[in-house]
Amino acid sequence: MAVSGIKSRPVYPGLSPDPNARSNVVVCDVAGAEAVVELLTRADGAFARRTSIILSADGAGSEQAQALAKRLEPAGVEIASGLPAAISHLNAILDQASMGLRLYAAGSEPLIGSVVQAGLDHFIDHLSIRTEHRGSLKRRVQCVHCKGMTEDVTTNPVTCSHCGLLLLVRDHYSRRLAAFQGVCINAESPGERPEPNVEFP
Amino acid sequence: MTASFLRRVRVAEVEPVASRIKRFRLVSADGEPLSEFSGGSHVTVCMQAPDRLIRNPYSLMSCPSDTSSYQIGVLKVPDSRGGSEFMHENVSIGTELEISEPLNLFPPAKLARKHILVAGGIGITPFMSMMSELESVGADFELHYGVRSLAEGAFCKLLETRYGPRVHLYFQDKGQLVPLEQVLASQPLGTHVYVCGPKPMIDWALRSATLAGWPDENIHSEQFTAPPIGKPFVARLVRTGREVTVGGHQSILEALEQNGIDAPFLCRGGACGQCETAVTSCDGFIEHNDHYLTEAEKADGRKIMICVSRISGDAITLDL
Repeated sequence: MAVSGIKSRPVYPGLSPDPNARSNVVVCDVAGAEAVVELLTRADGAFARRTSIILSADGAGSEQAQALAKRLEPAGVEIASGLPAAISHLNAILDQASMGLRLYAAGSEPLIGSVVQAGLDHFIDHLSIRTEHRGSLKRRVQCVHCKGMTEDVTTNPVTCSHCGLLLLVRDHYSRRLAAFQGVCINAESPGERPEPNVEFP
Repeated sequence: MTASFLRRVRVAEVEPVASRIKRFRLVSADGEPLSEFSGGSHVTVCMQAPDRLIRNPYSLMSCPSDTSSYQIGVLKVPDSRGGSEFMHENVSIGTELEISEPLNLFPPAKLARKHILVAGGIGITPFMSMMSELESVGADFELHYGVRSLAEGAFCKLLETRYGPRVHLYFQDKGQLVPLEQVLASQPLGTHVYVCGPKPMIDWALRSATLAGWPDENIHSEQFTAPPIGKPFVARLVRTGREVTVGGHQSILEALEQNGIDAPFLCRGGACGQCETAVTSCDGFIEHNDHYLTEAEKADGRKIMICVSRISGDAITLDL
């Protein structure tokens, strides 16, 4: 049902190491950590030692997170409780950073989008951020009517968590907001309520 | 002639600004104001030499919002194809010339936090208008400008007066080189670097920035190449069914124009990509002189930029 062929829909080419970067900062979630393990195996130990990883543990237990961190050595790993904590940690790093830093993001689209958004706030060109999508297809959706954000959207249409309108989730994406746009699906026939399908499992 | 519209201008001022560099001020010949442009833009100047028409791109150095006149700086290049020599020897106050509308292939990045401008010799020219624009919007920038000597460096005093400590000059005759490694080592996130000058300098600067871990998106350069000279050859045109001889001192584009054949172009310096032409076959080797095609495309031999590239061989067949 998502309208395709929309140019703003981001593409994620996959992680690759920048051997010249003075420092590498990687933000990932549990699913994305697998892509980071692969990234580190494609580079040398010196690359890993120049790399700091922020792992957004989300629901994962501390044992699972610790085990993942172990697999990412010798890169330094900071475990954050969730995406907001991970981004706040990233912002603190970027506030102090100079040119020569390379930013990477791996995991769900809301995670990648939030990293790109933090990068833009620090004047980093989005094309220079290396990204790889892993795990859930869940989306952050902005209701174009009330402007409220609905997190972790897996169905289409979806009910806006703020104004209650039934929204068609489009591929129309905002890098500034790190969100897809949701438009009222039944504005002209309010009684009709198309059945939500799990489109972004 | 495609995509650009010619304006008639008159030379209002000629000033020698360094040992081989002259500054020309051009005003509209018809009294209509010239177009505003953006920092980093250039115009193509058409020069009617006795035997042929020469068209060279020159960066605009004046303030982008000044529509009363344009300024260009021209370095006299010995043993070249004659454009710069024509400007130096045949153009004086009152001379009328035709120029294209401004075109910008070297704009500053609007979202940058800071701009580092690196110029070598005559490569200072695009930065003159760029700095006017950056200054007017209060952007953070610094200029690193390498010249052979004070006598050969244009605008050194003017730049220091206008921009003060943001201008860093380096004199080759005093053994000073742009300390690019140090300059690039400690810049805030979101800094962009721009390079204009001789090819070896551009290559060195681009390599230095990459090795310092700067992303490609933050590295910008501009260089206009004059079409190198070579041996004459034949260009066969599939679609028009014509056959044109390209002289040793001519580019393919110039040979086509001399024969009244319309081909696309914009910068005429191998930078913009507008004149990309498909090669049907080539009886010889293509000498790629542009900065546009990728190395893979150059090796592949199925595309040629007709403004600067030529062949060593007998004939090339083009999809024109």
